[in-house]
Amino acid sequence: MMTIEEFGRRLRARRTTSEQATNECLQRIDADNPRLNAFILVMADAARAQARELDRELAAGKDRGPLHGVPMSIKDLYDIRGTATTAASRVREGHVADRDATAIARLREAGAVFIGKTNLHEFAFGTTNEDSAFGPARNPIDPARSPGGSSGGSAASLAAGMALATMGTCTGGSIRIPAAACGTVGLKPTLGEIPTDGIVPLARTMDHAGPLTQTVGDAALVYEALIGEPRKTPPAPVPVRGLRFGVPRKYFCDLLDDDVRARFEEALERLRAAGVTLDEIEIRNAADLGTIYLHIVLADAAAYHAATLESKPEKYQKNVRLRLEMGRYVLAEDYVRALAGRELLRREVDAALGAHDALILPTLPIPAPLIGADTVQIAGKAEPVRNVMLRLTQLFNVTGHPAIALPSGTTKAGLPCSVQLVGNRTATDALLRVALACEPYITVKP
Amino acid sequence: MTIDSWLQAAVADAERRGLPEMKPILETLARATKALRAADFNDSAAPSHQPPATSHDDD
Repeated sequence: MMTIEEFGRRLRARRTTSEQATNECLQRIDADNPRLNAFILVMADAARAQARELDRELAAGKDRGPLHGVPMSIKDLYDIRGTATTAASRVREGHVADRDATAIARLREAGAVFIGKTNLHEFAFGTTNEDSAFGPARNPIDPARSPGGSSGGSAASLAAGMALATMGTCTGGSIRIPAAACGTVGLKPTLGEIPTDGIVPLARTMDHAGPLTQTVGDAALVYEALIGEPRKTPPAPVPVRGLRFGVPRKYFCDLLDDDVRARFEEALERLRAAGVTLDEIEIRNAADLGTIYLHIVLADAAAYHAATLESKPEKYQKNVRLRLEMGRYVLAEDYVRALAGRELLRREVDAALGAHDALILPTLPIPAPLIGADTVQIAGKAEPVRNVMLRLTQLFNVTGHPAIALPSGTTKAGLPCSVQLVGNRTATDALLRVALACEPYITVKP
Repeated sequence: MTIDSWLQAAVADAERRGLPEMKPILETLARATKALRAADFNDSAAPSHQPPATSHDDD
């Protein structure tokens, strides 16, 4: 499967066209979407027309940059003008977007081809993609398993070769979790960096937009288009030797699948051998993270859904409806306590990064779970799937720090494992340079 | 409002609204709220910097 960078080289060498790449993706969708259910809407005719127009532009000398002609899938939470934004919910029946979300407008300007809209956990309120009005999306590596969520269809579409890159959104880990479950790269930029207007919200104070891609270089190219500053090539990696990472083992490594732990330790060893200094650090209030996150996300989401929970409750998936209803009972004083905790955690992560180029930790404590599983066994104990899946990612949605998930080998059963790097707020570009440098040591090619 | 009285009121309201299946998840939320109120970052009007033991009596 081609990366964006490889496609760009072939395109400009006249060895392929956008139409050809788009048709190849559409063929993969025809072949595999019936079993993976990654797409809610396939925009075949519109995508082919867009690709042909971009091919004509390039032939006439107009080159929009690295995303010119690149087939991308889009989580069905983003408005694309003229199409429904379903949010994987019957609550949204009858919607048609009259304009592009800002992120989509920037990708369109950068030359991306929109191949279709991908499945997700209803209203992005879940980590498994099981609760969707369109049925669950499935993991291409093992269709009995979840692709992660909430951007599960996006990750599945990328991992199955149905798109060269995809867009997700992330409120507690919904870009990095599916990236980890499907073995791709997932980038959550700094909070607020990518506009979220035209994207159906989950919790407005923690929602992020970002890409899932095959490589860090591709993530950088999409990121730069999203911030409105596209460039011809990815940023240059920093030298690996001399980098200094903080490793927050307490809490973040307390609850890990054995294979996930082993792959993480192996990645650390390779980085150490390459000259990276690894310091054990602690996020002191990390144990309070789950309750802080819960009180913020529930209240934020309930505010957005209150009217439709009253007017059309039967249109929601049952589990999602109950979780949204839960948010309507959060007291204002507890929401304020959670905001205070959020500020404390933000300062703690800032402090942990003060002497470090990045924090490094696993992305997902477990491999992709089986669809339908409520609990998962870790160290002989049954743990709730949802809590476990959010455990390592939600902190950086609460604090707003940029984070990127990179594939890092597989379990004995061949399921992907993942490592995440976390950078300073407002320094997503610096994090990408660090991730580019570390990718060969974290992502082991089979 | 104490957590116990909040939980009682919330469960009763959910049942009144035809959502009896909310009870276990409201109990989960109550446990999370109890942990939130017990966290060491909470501020208080009490003269000491420590939150008073009775300020949010859950029991």
